[in-house]
Amino acid sequence: MSSSLSLILAASVMISCGVYLVLERSLTRVLVGLVMLGNGVNLLFLVSSGPAGRAPIVGDDPTRMSDPLPQALVLTAIVISLGTTAFLLAMAYRSWQLAGHDDVQDDVEDAAIRRLAAADEASDTFDLSSEEDLFEGLEVAEEEGQRG
Amino acid sequence: MNALVPLPVILPLLGAGLTLILSRRPRLQRAVSTTVLGVVVVVAAVLVLETDRHGPQVIWIGAWKPPLGISLVADRLAAIMLLVSAVVTFCVLVYSIGQGMTGDGHETPMTIYHPTFLVLSAGVSNAFLAGDLFNLFVSFEILLFASYVLLTLGGTGARVRAGTIYVVVNVISSTLFLISLAAVYAATGSLNLAQLADRLSDLPPAVALVLQLLLLTTFSIKAAVFPLSFWLPDSYPTAPAPVTAVFAGLLTKVGVYAIIRTQTLLFPHSPLTDLLLWAALLTLVVGILGAVAQSEMKRLLSFTLVSHIGYMVFGVALGTVAGYSGAIFYVVHHITIQTALFLVLGLVERRAGSTSLIKLGGLARAAPLLAVLYFVPAMNLAGIPPMSGFLGKVALTEAGLRVGTPLAYVVVAAGILTSLLTLYAVAKSWNLAFWRTPAQAHEMAEQLSDSERWQGSPGVVRHRGHVHVGSGTFGARELQEARSILDVDDTSNKDFHQLLEEGVLPTRLPRTMVGATAALVAVSLGLTVVAGPVFGYTGRAAHDILDRGVYVSSVLAGGSR
Repeated sequence: MSSSLSLILAASVMISCGVYLVLERSLTRVLVGLVMLGNGVNLLFLVSSGPAGRAPIVGDDPTRMSDPLPQALVLTAIVISLGTTAFLLAMAYRSWQLAGHDDVQDDVEDAAIRRLAAADEASDTFDLSSEEDLFEGLEVAEEEGQRG
Repeated sequence: MNALVPLPVILPLLGAGLTLILSRRPRLQRAVSTTVLGVVVVVAAVLVLETDRHGPQVIWIGAWKPPLGISLVADRLAAIMLLVSAVVTFCVLVYSIGQGMTGDGHETPMTIYHPTFLVLSAGVSNAFLAGDLFNLFVSFEILLFASYVLLTLGGTGARVRAGTIYVVVNVISSTLFLISLAAVYAATGSLNLAQLADRLSDLPPAVALVLQLLLLTTFSIKAAVFPLSFWLPDSYPTAPAPVTAVFAGLLTKVGVYAIIRTQTLLFPHSPLTDLLLWAALLTLVVGILGAVAQSEMKRLLSFTLVSHIGYMVFGVALGTVAGYSGAIFYVVHHITIQTALFLVLGLVERRAGSTSLIKLGGLARAAPLLAVLYFVPAMNLAGIPPMSGFLGKVALTEAGLRVGTPLAYVVVAAGILTSLLTLYAVAKSWNLAFWRTPAQAHEMAEQLSDSERWQGSPGVVRHRGHVHVGSGTFGARELQEARSILDVDDTSNKDFHQLLEEGVLPTRLPRTMVGATAALVAVSLGLTVVAGPVFGYTGRAAHDILDRGVYVSSVLAGGSR
């Protein structure tokens, strides 16, 4: 099966740009990255359908038709990525409403580790550090910082 | 009887539409969704009996000629998964109705909850029944979309934060799934599982290996197998209790199901046995070490969830009838147990205002029924004989010993260690939350915060709102950010003792919530009683999936390749 080199190149460029953007911190950039990734993958489906041909209508010569199935799959994928994009946009907006930015935030463990590093303490999970205790430690640290 | 096969997908979807129309009439909405899921339970039970008696039930949607259209297939494995998931979703629905889903006002809008929940159920059923890879992809998308909405219900700060990571990770895994679909189609010209089973064996081994790795990675993200499990413990605990419960019970198991299905049907004689065994080993050990370190019960259980996925991967990796049989039994056991435990935690949160082990204490006296409801599934999770968790672990251990490679022995040892550490983790949570008195808990919480306050930290220089540690500098902004992230617990800072003294807690729990939880705990105990027949069934299911002919010939009656 021969396949179009330009399609493959376009797909790989889009996918690599997408991956680069997904690694960003801002959710809007991640979103643009995901859209590029999705479109790159859609091109891959066209590659997988083999050489282009005529419209697949009954009565035509089957050897000259293009394969309609990957196109149907791509349509489904496009619809799904539309929904994903809408949802992520809404989420980025909500995050901006709540926090004033749309950065993807650290998860709780990472935040705890960062806090411990800031206060230069060993991890004390064994004597049950809770979020509230960490929270209080922080406040003390900050109060002292403001005084100093 | 194959007309029954599409019902578990169609009924919830219709129900979702209907409940959306009825969003102004909560009572009718509740009636519709319970009826729909109740019927799905019955249909799934009938399917289990039918497939056990007459072999796989297949339907080609739209009456297309076999190799062309979309097929739904219910074989023994799919049918039992369908039944368990239907029972679990039904119990969770009843529970959430009891909770009112209006309990915390603006946080959980009722009107959206029911339709989304039904869509989730349809997606899960469709994933079990899908007869081709693209339909499997679509069903993953259906259930993921519903899960995005359920996870971020109400859009509070903590939920949006946790939801962002969840959504991005899952969208990326879906993209990976699409890439593997394109690759599979380019290599074989088909996406139907039964056709692929024939065609993939004709491919050069290197190409088949690439396809296998692509699919395995995709499903490992969904199933939270170790290196790809990072997203789970962070995103599940913030959601409302019934949502966390149904996610924990079902979503990762759909991933496990997809791994079982593709590994057996598409890639028998897999060259990846060792890789899977390593993945199982790491998932078991790393997951349970995470659980031991937690001081919040929801997070603790999320980590045990990750850890116990390792048992199922272990069973799959062995690739023998005993291994698959044990893995399927363990999936069934784990779905019921994990959901029941998260439902109990929802009750604990409602009764005591928190699920943090620091604040809780003395629940065994304050709410004895709740204590029993937690104790039984917790011991079952740890694998105390004679409960189903013990039986599942014994079956897997036996299967591992029978394979007898050094690596299999190591994983068996890790499995036993994990079981002991699980016991340690749940016993610790039992002691702290249920057994000690509230006054002790209060004292300990005070002491902890005191020691935090007075503990001088040498080597730390604080200056104008910055904290210098070694060569690193942390500004006020970072500190504030870290604090805002850590503030996940929306409840007040008071512990259970203080809340009791103030008398602000409800002393009675809604009967439907307790009833639904008790029913699920009873189901898990019932699983112990009927373990013999269930093992017989899973054994036959394991035979079926290893002997691929049954599946292939019943889907492609006529033998078209």
